Amino acid sequence: MKFKLSFWRVVFLVIMSIGLYSAFIRYFHGLGAVTNMTDQFPWGLWIGFDCLCGVMLAAGGFCVTGAVYLFNIERLHSIVRPAVLTAFLGYCLFIVGLLFDLGRPWYIWHQLIYMNLHSVMFEVGVCVMAYTTVLFFEFLPNVLERFNLKAPIQWIKNAYAVLVVLGILLSTLHQSSLGSLYLIVPSKLHPFWYTPALPFLFFGSAIAVGLAMTIFESTLSAKAFGRHLELPVLVELGGALLVALWVNGLLRFEDYFHRGMLGQIIKPSYEAYFLWLELMLAFVIPITMLSFKRVRLSPDGLYLASVLSLLGFITNRLNVSLTGFETYVGHHYIPKWTEFSVTLMIVASGFALFALAVKHLPIFPGQSQAEELRLRTETRPLVAAAALGHARD
Amino acid sequence: MSRALLYDATMCIGCKQCESACAQQNQLPYDDKVAAEPVQSEHKYTVVLAKSDKFMRRLCMHCEHPACASACPVGAFHKTKEGPVVYDVWKCIGCRYCMVACAFAQPKYEWHSLNPRVRKCIMCPERVLAGKQTACAEICPTGATRFGEREDLIKEAQERIRQNPSTYLPRIYGLHEVGGTSVLILSSVNVEEFGYPSSATIGDTPMPEYTARVMSKIPDFVPVWALVLGGIYWISHRREEVAAAEAEEKNGSTQ
Repeated sequence: MKFKLSFWRVVFLVIMSIGLYSAFIRYFHGLGAVTNMTDQFPWGLWIGFDCLCGVMLAAGGFCVTGAVYLFNIERLHSIVRPAVLTAFLGYCLFIVGLLFDLGRPWYIWHQLIYMNLHSVMFEVGVCVMAYTTVLFFEFLPNVLERFNLKAPIQWIKNAYAVLVVLGILLSTLHQSSLGSLYLIVPSKLHPFWYTPALPFLFFGSAIAVGLAMTIFESTLSAKAFGRHLELPVLVELGGALLVALWVNGLLRFEDYFHRGMLGQIIKPSYEAYFLWLELMLAFVIPITMLSFKRVRLSPDGLYLASVLSLLGFITNRLNVSLTGFETYVGHHYIPKWTEFSVTLMIVASGFALFALAVKHLPIFPGQSQAEELRLRTETRPLVAAAALGHARD
Repeated sequence: MSRALLYDATMCIGCKQCESACAQQNQLPYDDKVAAEPVQSEHKYTVVLAKSDKFMRRLCMHCEHPACASACPVGAFHKTKEGPVVYDVWKCIGCRYCMVACAFAQPKYEWHSLNPRVRKCIMCPERVLAGKQTACAEICPTGATRFGEREDLIKEAQERIRQNPSTYLPRIYGLHEVGGTSVLILSSVNVEEFGYPSSATIGDTPMPEYTARVMSKIPDFVPVWALVLGGIYWISHRREEVAAAEAEEKNGSTQ
């Protein structure tokens, strides 16, 4: 255990130092020195992964708070805090990613004073800013509890329903608008991915990914922090994920059918290979897996199905933002190693911050008394204190 | 009335004087090396391309309904009523959505600058406002690039096609493409051969309309969706209250 921990620390430090080196080049030598973006490929990995996928992977926050507070599904209450934490971190890291990608990040505040109401990008920007603020308040009780500040917790609790509704409203807007961004390029984006349904597909995939991500992060933190896995909650999420995958899959089928593309998507071509990869990972394999009750009831099965569908939807967004432009441009875009290193640094920071938050804040529900005592007397006084803090409320 | 440029490829002799005049007007470096570059870039807003004995100019089309202006989150681009689509560098945050959005791939970026700007032909707005021609039109020795009122230039182009049907292809590129542009092109060969997007691909619909269809629904969508969400909250919690009240009633009657 001790060795494993230090091993991951070494990996983390290596990733961070390479990332920081690339960050240095980016801010002192410009985007051209650090990326393979060109006038033909003005958006690369940082938009395709850090922004489009980052926001999608943070969708668990609005899915879970919606299920628990809006639909009053009390059984899922224990995953609200980790889901909100993931979402809050996700959006913060998305903003960090944006500060790398924007050519003039020091003018990002112009967004608030020079408003072009016709621009999809403006809508995305404003909604993301607003939703990050909402997430900050949804997350804040964790910190307040840690310091035992009861009055402000009560204020936030009183307003929580409003925060949740506002969060879902803003998420609906910007999750779908990330797809709308590409509506303006009918002549550039490959017809496999250009469709008037883009905003619907982006919103639908955000919900599926929100569920898959919650399963992923619950399983992973159970393993990493030696927590007891709440199987009934995961099973319920797995069922919801299966429904969400079916809905998304049918939407995709309906879209191709409606546009008369079914004949083209089964013909082998460069784009078709990427499309098949995406469809296999996002729909075919996880739907098949989750259709078996045995898989739906097993933690490993649920974990594997979620990870595969996450990879599938990530492939989808990279196809929309990168692969889909290659035929138009006439050459391939392969990110430079420095682009990968910055992305990797952002992802690694996400994992590290999540672990840090879990360690110091009451993110996970209190363990049983005996376990708590054991933990308190043994190796993890902080987790035990956090667990006790949560048990108090 | 909005101004425009008419480029008649059949009259072009490939002297590249428009390139050098453009560079001078925009204070860009221009020498033999730049002249030999067959692509537009952050330091070359217009280029004269050659293919056997045919020439073709490329420059920003100055769309009537520019995608860049609609896409820009901070409104750094706008279409002036005189015709030019201009850029306000101060507003720009560098998101490069304009470059993604432009169907003609005109905006170029200063990739190696630490405070990069988007660069493209802005149709000499100061000159146009002062009632002068653009630098490229003024210098053109053969009149291949002409500056004037868009309506007049369209009439003239139609007249040229009518008088020399064997010379010209019977179309004015830019008349209807993406809802019309302020750069019109006449030629004897397909402009697509020189990298212009085909009329069929880009269509006659202004690009901003594709996003406007969605954006225009948002003001209606927000209150409706907020009501639906509030309604779901009310119903799901009301059910709980009713159940609690019923349970209490039951308890009361049994006691």
